[in-house]
Parts: sequence; C-alpha cells; structure tokens
Amino acid sequence: MSSPGPLAVTTPRFDVERPWRLHPQVALRDESFGALAYHYGNRRLIFLRSRTLVELVESLERFESAGDALTAVIGPAQRPSYERALARLAASEVIDVR
Amino acid sequence: MSAEAPARTKDSGLRDRLAHGLDAPICLTWELTYACNLACVHCLSSSGRRDPRELTSDEARSVIDELVAMQVFYVNVGGGEPMLRPDFFDLIGYAVDHRVGVKFSTNGTRLNRTRAQQLAAMDYLDVQVSLDGATAEVNDGVRGSGSYAAARRAMDNLADAGFGPFKISVVVTRHNVGQLDALMALAHHYGAQLRVTRLRPSGRGADSWEDLHPTAAQQRFLYQWLHDRPSVLTGDSFFHLSALGQPLDGLNLCGAGRVVCLIDPVGDVYACPFVIHQEFLAGNVREAGGFTGVWRSSDLFASLREPTSAGACSSCGSYDACRGGCMAAKFFTGLPLDGPDPECVFGHGTEALAALPSAGLPRPAADHSARAVPVRLLSRG
Repeated sequence: MSSPGPLAVTTPRFDVERPWRLHPQVALRDESFGALAYHYGNRRLIFLRSRTLVELVESLERFESAGDALTAVIGPAQRPSYERALARLAASEVIDVR
Repeated sequence: MSAEAPARTKDSGLRDRLAHGLDAPICLTWELTYACNLACVHCLSSSGRRDPRELTSDEARSVIDELVAMQVFYVNVGGGEPMLRPDFFDLIGYAVDHRVGVKFSTNGTRLNRTRAQQLAAMDYLDVQVSLDGATAEVNDGVRGSGSYAAARRAMDNLADAGFGPFKISVVVTRHNVGQLDALMALAHHYGAQLRVTRLRPSGRGADSWEDLHPTAAQQRFLYQWLHDRPSVLTGDSFFHLSALGQPLDGLNLCGAGRVVCLIDPVGDVYACPFVIHQEFLAGNVREAGGFTGVWRSSDLFASLREPTSAGACSSCGSYDACRGGCMAAKFFTGLPLDGPDPECVFGHGTEALAALPSAGLPRPAADHSARAVPVRLLSRG
C-alpha cells in the first residue's frame, strides 16, 4: 500500500522511562553534521544535527529506557537538551516505543 | 531543494553546511523519457519526442544501483510522460524493491484502472497527477485540450483502486492562482494532498513565463495563502517568497548541485530540473565513474558548492531569507546569478529585467518538442 500513514494522528508522547528504538521504517544516512533520517512510512525527512544525537538514537535499542541511554551517552549538563531532541524525534516518529 | 516533507530547520548553520554540498544528493529528479503525449506550454524539459539515445533498461537499473549505494532515499521521477516508457513498471519496481522510494509525476493519460491497481499495490511510491487549473478551461489553456478530463479520470482510477492520498500537483500561474481554494477542495474530495510549485522560465516555459507568471500582488497573496496552510506541499520551491516575512516551511535554499540534481533521459546530469542548459551540465551517467563520479567530482558542482556572493542583493535586509531566489529563474530571464530573482518580492527583479537588452537570452538546450502538436489522449481503460 502506498499511502503515507496519517500524520501525527496519535503523536506518541515521549516517556523517558520507556524503552525506545529507531523506528523500523526509518533509515539513517551519516553526514558530517550528524545524519539524515528518512521515514519511509510518513515520508518525512529529518535532520539529526549532531553526531552525539545520532549515537544516542542508535544506542536506544541497547537500554531498558531512554533515560538509561541518556545517562550512558550524554553528560548531565547536556541532558535536558538531548531529552528535548528525543521528544521531537518521537513526535516525528523517527523513534518509537519498542 | 525539493525534499517534500519540510526539513524542519531554521538553523542557518545547517543550511550553510548543506550549501557546501553532500557526498550524495538528498533526493534527485530523474526524467525517464522526453516522450510526451501532451505539449504543455510551460514544460521544463521541452518534452515531446523520445530521444533515441535514451538510457536502456539496464543502464537505468545501474543508475538505481548507484542510488542504493549512495543511500539516496527517494527519487522524483518525471519526463516527458514517464508512463510512456515500456519498462516503466519494471524500473520503479526495481527502485522501490531496493528501498529507493519513488515519487513520480504523470499527466494521468496512461493511468487506467489496471495501472492504478498496480500502483496501489506498491510500497514507497507516491503519485503526483499534474493539474494546472481547477477547471478544464484554465488547465487546458496550459496543458492542452482534453488534459483536464484525462487527469480527473486518472484521479478517479487512483481513488477507486484505493491508492490512498495521492498528490495533485499544480504549477501556480497568473490564471490559476485564484483557483487555489477550489484546487484544495478538489484534493479534499479525493482525500489527496495538494502540492503547488513555482512556474519557471525553463524549457518551453522560457516562451510562456512572461504571460503566465503570477503578478506581484498574486505573489503576496500566494505567500499568505501558503503560510496559512502548512499542509500544502511546495517542494520548497517558493523560497523567494520568504523575504515577505516568516520563512515558509522548508530549507529555503537553492539545492542545485548541492543537495539535489537532475538526471535527464539520456543520462545527462544537470544541477537541477530547471536548468537543462549546457552551462549547468555536470556530466553523464554513462561516463566511467557513473552518476557517483559526476556528483562527487564534476567541476560544475564543485563551483556551485563554493560560497556564493550576495552580489547586488548584499544591501538587502532580506537576503538571508530568500538567498537571492532561484538560479534557473535568473538564468533564463537573462539576470546575473548573483542578483535578484526576477520575481523578487521587493520588485528589484522587475527593475533589473527592465534594464536588460531584449535580445540574447539563453535558450534552453535539448528541445524535444513535437514538431506538430499532437494531443492524443487514451480513452478510459
């Protein structure tokens, strides 16, 4: 079926306590500024604007919760901004709850 | 650039990085054939007659293999009328099977019930049916007699086949800008998405632009109309309007040779779909290094990735919003590339155009216009 899914009908709320992952329909392409993410379902193109964010997104799968991934990959000073970045990626369905 | 989903950035740092080019295009346009059964007066590629040097099926598949290796997420397929290629379904099937998404533009004349069902069964495929007016009168004035009815039949067939939200793709002209609400209603009627793009003075558009391009007042109306309707897709083509205030969604950047390009039916690689001219020809996919070699090593693309000067626009406070507008629009109207867009919202382009000598405009290359103008439409299939 070729239809893009309904956009953000059920925007997933970002719950840092839950286990997240890169959405299975999303492909990442590494770039010098970070990565391009393309969602083959909703056809959105998203820019991940730092290598650290890319690392964080790719690490989600290995942790029990997004919070654990943040603790392991990001220093405490930068945690709030990366948590907001993950929330935005959740809203764009680049990441989803596994 | 023409990433369809607006890249969510107002980040000028990222925009600068993109302006220096990427190792692979974000997306590209691929005109599969110059053959066309219509003769639209604004055709970007002056299509009509098939070129005997057209890429073979094997060569086309090799290009797709390169796109896979470069991780190009999707390709905008056009023409001519791409569905006139006998291997059309083979090629788009090959692309989507390898996760190169296809967004293809069609005039709809060959989109019968059977083909609509075939399309509906494919993943990673978007269809854009071109329609340049909400009425036959306005549309057919640009696209030819019978073309409105043919496009509507194609839309009916897609809807009946359960394709889902296809796109209705409109080039905004002086004559249809007043029909945007009606076109929106038509899109709603089909559960489709409306996509509107900018008219360029490219291809046969070089001869019709003067009569068709929206007036200054219409451009201001269009800016507000788009601003109020962020769900309308634009292929990021109206960034020259961003000088009017809040930037429109998208990168607001000319991506030519930096993040997008065009592969034409004979494999020539141009900086963008709107500059089919020797000056913007970077190479050919049949060369030893293939498309990848052209993208990464051509002198032309290297020069387009150099920092650009604002030129005559440097004293304008809105340069950061519009970045001087569209390279193709400037080139084919005879304006310097480091000056204002001919449709500059502050009228600087109009002044610059008035100061030009009337002769000696660059002519589009590769004219494949039909010698007579046959508009033969298939009956409903």
